[in-house]
Amino acid sequence: MSDTLTVTEPAGRSDPDGPAPVRRLLRTAADAFLRRREASVLVVAIGLVIYFQASTPIFLTSDNLRNIAQATAPTAIVAVGIVLLLVSGEIDVSVGMVAALAPFLMHYAIDFYSVPALPAIVLSLLIAAGIGFVNGFITLKLKVPSFVTTLGTFYLLYGVLLTTSHAYPVAIPEPTKGTIQTWLGAGDWASLYWCLVIVAIFHIVLTRTRWGLHTISVGGNLLGATEAGIRATRVKIGNFMLVSVLGAFAGILEAFRINSIDPNIGGGTRITFTAIAAAVIGGTALAGGSGTVIGALIGMLVLAELQNGFNLIGISANPFFLIQGAAILISMIANQYLSGLRRQGRT
Amino acid sequence: MTDPISPAPPATGDEVLRVEHVAKRFGALTALRDVNLNLQRGEVLGLIGDNGAGKSTLIKVICGFHQPDAGRIFVNGDEVTLRSVDHARSLGIDTVYQDLALVNELSVYHNMFLNRERRIGPLLNNRLMRRLAREHLTDMGVTIADVNAEVAKLSGGQRQAIAVARSVYSDARILLLDEPLAAMGAKEGALILDLIADLKARGQVSIIIIAHNYAQVLQVCDRINVLQHGAITFDKPTSETSVAELTDLVVAEYRASRSARIAGQR
Repeated sequence: MSDTLTVTEPAGRSDPDGPAPVRRLLRTAADAFLRRREASVLVVAIGLVIYFQASTPIFLTSDNLRNIAQATAPTAIVAVGIVLLLVSGEIDVSVGMVAALAPFLMHYAIDFYSVPALPAIVLSLLIAAGIGFVNGFITLKLKVPSFVTTLGTFYLLYGVLLTTSHAYPVAIPEPTKGTIQTWLGAGDWASLYWCLVIVAIFHIVLTRTRWGLHTISVGGNLLGATEAGIRATRVKIGNFMLVSVLGAFAGILEAFRINSIDPNIGGGTRITFTAIAAAVIGGTALAGGSGTVIGALIGMLVLAELQNGFNLIGISANPFFLIQGAAILISMIANQYLSGLRRQGRT
Repeated sequence: MTDPISPAPPATGDEVLRVEHVAKRFGALTALRDVNLNLQRGEVLGLIGDNGAGKSTLIKVICGFHQPDAGRIFVNGDEVTLRSVDHARSLGIDTVYQDLALVNELSVYHNMFLNRERRIGPLLNNRLMRRLAREHLTDMGVTIADVNAEVAKLSGGQRQAIAVARSVYSDARILLLDEPLAAMGAKEGALILDLIADLKARGQVSIIIIAHNYAQVLQVCDRINVLQHGAITFDKPTSETSVAELTDLVVAEYRASRSARIAGQR
């Protein structure tokens, strides 16, 4: 028997000085908090709330919170999908165009083919799933890097969108007005509710289900996961489909909220890159293998707070991108540093 | 191979694996010429040979990754055609690859149950997996203080132990260890050798070890086979051989090929 084979606990946990129980308890709590990847971005999000509220009393009013929620929710929904895809080791830059196209697909189905409202929405989500499947198929079966694949589909979908819509916005289809539009985005807090439900579901999917475990595995050690019998292609294609469906759903929510289906807003590169930024700021590694859905939500909240707060204070929107760029760089550098510490068991 | 170069060894009673006249070519390259090998129940067989002798190819044939061009394979006395790694695994043949197939980002217990997760409905039953992993590791003599630790935090020897434990737990009857001692310090190597000795003492698992370090192989193996140029050229119980003899054998091969090469250049 080799009883010498011992996995040592991280060194930070047992303190040789033996502080008082209360202090130790506080330290354990602080450690447990810091060990969570969402911790640093949550501190930033709370710090921004305090700063902006101190600068302008309207920051925490109900109206303004609704603004922040509406700026956060759709992109956070996309970011949820992006997190799962990034964790599995792939990326999708076409998702914003899926978001822009999805409400048009709904509009075509309802207004040109007389499909009833709800089936039309389901249909556009299914088509989005098909787009995700094509992205995954080209990436995994035809061995094209996912960035290139989805860059290609980005332009393809842009072409489809502009050609079929003639680059003109259209009104929300008549049959969806009323309950459907209110529930799917136009209600004051509708998109936030959807966002919270989706975040909760996929937080559980990523951390507590087989799908999540296999997503982490194929992103963390593709060869090893395959040797363990995990069907990596299936897992990755599934996550491509998930991103597209969530992107389409977010696009439909946005269209209902702004009460117009517009090829020039609500989708495109902005939502793609903001969602990736939110995921990365929230602590998801581009290299795959690790990430958090809740972190992405908080990351998106930080970006929305910044934009909203700057508006309120009266700073022009232009330096906002300076801040966003700096936020991505700083959070990535901090993540590198923190994960280094975590690996040594120090935090 | 219609024309066997050496006669297959006679069958004996408690044989779990038998390889007869197996050949494998990759295009112009003949990786395995004519391999005859057998493995008894509870036996630890050391497979040595120079780089390029065909060790890895042989392991990949036995674990179902490659299909041989000729020859027969018997598992527990029955002839089998190993169609895939999964098929071989279903027959109790499992491989611990050099890269171990562990996911650094996951905990010890999630790695132990990778792709064999225990669930309650759609959710992972982490509590059960944690307990079973702890029990099984303790049972195998691997003391783990924290099965929640990420595998990235463990040392090479601990990772190897977890990979071996995982295969044994998945009910492997024939375990193929591909260079389990490579890139491992003396102390860690000793841990793995202890683990193998312990498995041997229990007698439920038969093991083939590919190794380079002859002294360590002799410590733990019952029998040594040497693979040279795609065929087994040496088969002796450990008690009848020595590090010196094995070294001479491989060096002699090297000298012979070197003088042949020099002769060819002239």
